[in-house]
Amino acid sequence: MVPAIEVEQVSKHYGGLRALDGVSLKIEAGEFFGLLGPNGAGKTTLINILAGLVVATGGVARVMGHDVVGEYRAARRALGVVPQELVFDPFFTVREALTFQSGYFGLRDNREWIDEVMRHLDLTGKADTNMRALSGGMKRRVLVAQALVHKPPVIVLDEPTAGVDVELRQALWKFVRQLNRDGHTIVLTTHYLEEAEALCSRIAMLKHGRVVALDTTQNLLSRHSGCYVELRLAPDRLPDSLAALVAQRREGGYRLALSDYIEIERVIAELRASGVAIQEMEVMSPDLEEVFVQIMSKH
Amino acid sequence: MIVPPAYRPLQGFYTLFRKEWMRFWKVSIQTILAPVLTALLFLVVFAYSLRSRVEIFPGVDYAAFLVPGLAMMSVLQNAFANSSSSLMQSKMTGNIIFVLLPPLSHQEFFAAYLLAAVARGLVVGAGVFLATVWFVDLRFEQPLWAIAFAAASSGVLGVLGIIAGIYSDKVDELAAFQNFIILPLTFLSGVFYSIHSLPPFWQWLSHLNPIFYMVDGFRYGFFGASDVPPGVSLIVVCASFFALSFLTLWLLRSGYKLRH
Repeated sequence: MVPAIEVEQVSKHYGGLRALDGVSLKIEAGEFFGLLGPNGAGKTTLINILAGLVVATGGVARVMGHDVVGEYRAARRALGVVPQELVFDPFFTVREALTFQSGYFGLRDNREWIDEVMRHLDLTGKADTNMRALSGGMKRRVLVAQALVHKPPVIVLDEPTAGVDVELRQALWKFVRQLNRDGHTIVLTTHYLEEAEALCSRIAMLKHGRVVALDTTQNLLSRHSGCYVELRLAPDRLPDSLAALVAQRREGGYRLALSDYIEIERVIAELRASGVAIQEMEVMSPDLEEVFVQIMSKH
Repeated sequence: MIVPPAYRPLQGFYTLFRKEWMRFWKVSIQTILAPVLTALLFLVVFAYSLRSRVEIFPGVDYAAFLVPGLAMMSVLQNAFANSSSSLMQSKMTGNIIFVLLPPLSHQEFFAAYLLAAVARGLVVGAGVFLATVWFVDLRFEQPLWAIAFAAASSGVLGVLGIIAGIYSDKVDELAAFQNFIILPLTFLSGVFYSIHSLPPFWQWLSHLNPIFYMVDGFRYGFFGASDVPPGVSLIVVCASFFALSFLTLWLLRSGYKLRH
């Protein structure tokens, strides 16, 4: 089966700045893939190379097996991109904007699908409203709709929920999950790591234009060897021997960061030896945010 | 399995042209009515203040002489304004990505912006003609020449507008194009006078201005008389069009200032 996205040794240099430095990754068709990294890591540059908005300095990028330069028509027909910036054309209504976008992709008489996309994104009531008159959230919905008008097999969402209210966020994820179930490959970049953890089956982490982690979400989470213990003590006093483990001091308690689950035994023993009783205790696994911080600090 | 919808070749070009066409019609007070009114004001002011002072073709009334010049000036300025302002605004607001993400070729992109610029130029030119023709006794001796010059000349300025729109990142850069290139070349092209009334040096200089050939050739279509043979003028205009088109297509193909 042809990979949805294939990137081989792709680099992008702006003078001395290496925005991308030999990035290679493969995203299989039907995946829900997360592309994470701090600001300036190169996520948007990589997306823009796939979309043809940026020309790579070196390497090869393919969408559904089509080279984004040599076979740009086929590659772009296979790709729908929701851009990060809230851009719109102030001259036109929602329906006009979607009809034009559909036409640019070589489609005519696409009204049925445009209506369906608008219905899923709760835009039907705004179909004849000028883009200028829409709220930020509504404009974001139109951007999503514009990326979907040509039914692309690969959909890239670049920070789609930045500045978006909870209602739209939930509606958007419901719709995107449905698209993924229908066979669309989804590539998501987001700073909300809990979203990536809940949605993505595989994740790549970028830093300084390089891939620093690429694995299934499950494997990434289990890669973090440590855990957290939240304690309420009586008296509320931690022995000095455990002070180095404190990750956070909370009102009436402590959060300790342990390098391994086995350390829990030592914590309990130290507390007992110091005559401190445990009133409450909760052991927590690390989430993607902790894994992310750990990986980023290593590179 | 996702079944992609049927792709129609040239639908992208047609859609982009239609979008550009609708764009200027949506603000027609600014894009059509305003330039027609400006041309009318020029006619009133210049026809009455200069009619006894400017030497033109024998037997031609100055007001009648002025109308084709004003119509052509409006055609040129509006063809330039259409492509340049549309592209520059799209770049500034970021919505240019809506036409960069789809599978449009650089030729389709070029042709759509060019045809829309020509269309606006001709619509405004026709508006100026319709608004002024009632006030002058205008002949229309070689209509095919007039149409050929209007179409080719609006094409030249439409292409120049695409270059200006691609190049300009800010409003003042585009304004510099308009104020320091288009406006002086238009005003010094013989819109308001025949170059035979100029001293020899200025006559020679006028021949270096491609817009002079556009205005002069267009006028030939009305009066059957011109400063330069119309065939020569048409060759100059068409050569300018092809040279600028070649440059623009090269810029678009390279992605200059559009695809980084």
